[in-house]
Amino acid sequence: MIEVENLTKYYGNYHALKGVTFSVEKGEILGFLGPNGAGKTTTMRILTCFFPPSSGKAKVAGFDVFEEPLEVRKRIGYLPENVPLYKDMPVEDYLAFAAGIKGVASKKIKDAVAKVMHECILTDVSYKFIGELSKGYRQRVGLAQALVNDPEVLILDEPTIGLDPKQIIEIRKLIRNLAGRRTIILSTHILPEVSMTCHRVVIINNGRVVAVDTPQNLTSSVEGANRFLVKIEGPTQQVIKGLEAIQGVEKVVRKESPANGDGEYIIESTKGKDIKREIAPCVVSKGWALLELKPQEMSLEDIFVKLVTKE
Amino acid sequence: MRNFFLIFKKEFKSYFASPIAYVVITMFLILSGYFFYNTLALFSTISFQATLNPMLAKQVGLLNITESVVRPLFGNISVILLLIVPLLTMRLFSEEKKSGTIELLLTYPITDMEVLLGKFLACMAVFAIMIALTILYPLMIIAFGQPETGPIITGYIGLLLVGASFVSLGIFASSLTENQIIAATVAFGLLLLFWMISFSASLAGQTLGDVLLYISLTAHLDGLAKGVIDTEDIVYYLIFITLFLFLTLRILESKKWRG
Repeated sequence: MIEVENLTKYYGNYHALKGVTFSVEKGEILGFLGPNGAGKTTTMRILTCFFPPSSGKAKVAGFDVFEEPLEVRKRIGYLPENVPLYKDMPVEDYLAFAAGIKGVASKKIKDAVAKVMHECILTDVSYKFIGELSKGYRQRVGLAQALVNDPEVLILDEPTIGLDPKQIIEIRKLIRNLAGRRTIILSTHILPEVSMTCHRVVIINNGRVVAVDTPQNLTSSVEGANRFLVKIEGPTQQVIKGLEAIQGVEKVVRKESPANGDGEYIIESTKGKDIKREIAPCVVSKGWALLELKPQEMSLEDIFVKLVTKE
Repeated sequence: MRNFFLIFKKEFKSYFASPIAYVVITMFLILSGYFFYNTLALFSTISFQATLNPMLAKQVGLLNITESVVRPLFGNISVILLLIVPLLTMRLFSEEKKSGTIELLLTYPITDMEVLLGKFLACMAVFAIMIALTILYPLMIIAFGQPETGPIITGYIGLLLVGASFVSLGIFASSLTENQIIAATVAFGLLLLFWMISFSASLAGQTLGDVLLYISLTAHLDGLAKGVIDTEDIVYYLIFITLFLFLTLRILESKKWRG
């Protein structure tokens, strides 16, 4: 559905994109992840034909963004980062305007607007001026204008930024409901958002793609070792020594724990070695008490920081 | 065609959704009414004196209401427009650039040309309403005197052409910047320059003088205000309008190759 090949973009002397390549299948939700200034918005602006790339190719639904921008734009719903909308227009008028420009037939505009207002829960504010709306509502109007012509591709630049937690949950639910029929690219620098909504993640840093995979694969692939969190009652030094004596254990680190004497330790084992069964007997034989034992997966945060700071 | 009309409708409405159109039109009518009153009052005083002084009455043109009231009226209005039109045009692109709405607008399936023409004609529609309200002045002259109707009609054609020239230059200035004050200042400055360039014609020697006179916006309105339709004047305005609309289009396109 979307193919991006070796995109580069210069702003004057500033090299914003340094050869970005990825593709998105039909019906997929792709998360575009990266720190601020990584090139997320630039890539999205190229895909929406706001400006062309300095070099490289991008195709949306089979149309080249440079050769046939009008065909591409017809098939795209775009929500820019700061949701720029005409503040002096009422919600309903604005959506009707957007529907008309995006090629909805005159007779169907009313229905299309009513439907999208219902989907985005805007019916209550349809006569209000956009300038009077709160940030959450404005975000939904932005989403509504992107959806109004029922486009095949949705490009959402940080759709949940600046919303309160309840609104974030609502918008994420809305986005998940849109999947299936539509192909969605959404950019974010909020990591849980990706694991919650996206099928696949492209991590971009400094104008380059650092990783492309599913959130699950990323989590397991970067992991070099199995990690366990254990909570043991006993003298710290001896506990660390005792645990390190277990075969297969690479490192034991005591976590700072504020209250009572129970220490929390993180045990890392060499890859492929299963040490789960060894821990308990070891603790018991030394006469300490084992209070907690749980495996620790590397979170997406850890992976992200690892990938982004690698260079 | 449909896209153009949608842009036109949206822009036209937005002039009246904010107080801009009302304030600008009101100020314009106050100023033009004041000028009209003064020329008319002067004319009636001179007419009254002429009834007492036959020598004065013989001076050609002095007591011709078309020459003494109608013709100056169009000249005066065009000067007021020079000040007023940049205020109508300054927001057209600057505001969209500043608020970022241009990003959405230009990623809709619509050509730059449709956007430009929609905005241009919406501004022209507001301008036409403003000008149409001044028809009251010639109607008053017609009610109390016998002016020729020909020059009144050609005068209004002239005002529309002058207005379209101002609007096209104003839009061009607006497309250059995201700051509305800069847009208005640039438009006003350039218009004034085009207006007054004929001042240096007398100093510039024969050939250059003719060129400067031809470039000047002033010289071409006067003929129409007198009732003379000269294709040279019409062509001048059409070239002026097309040139600045074309330049604006180039500015819009420049985002494609500028970094």
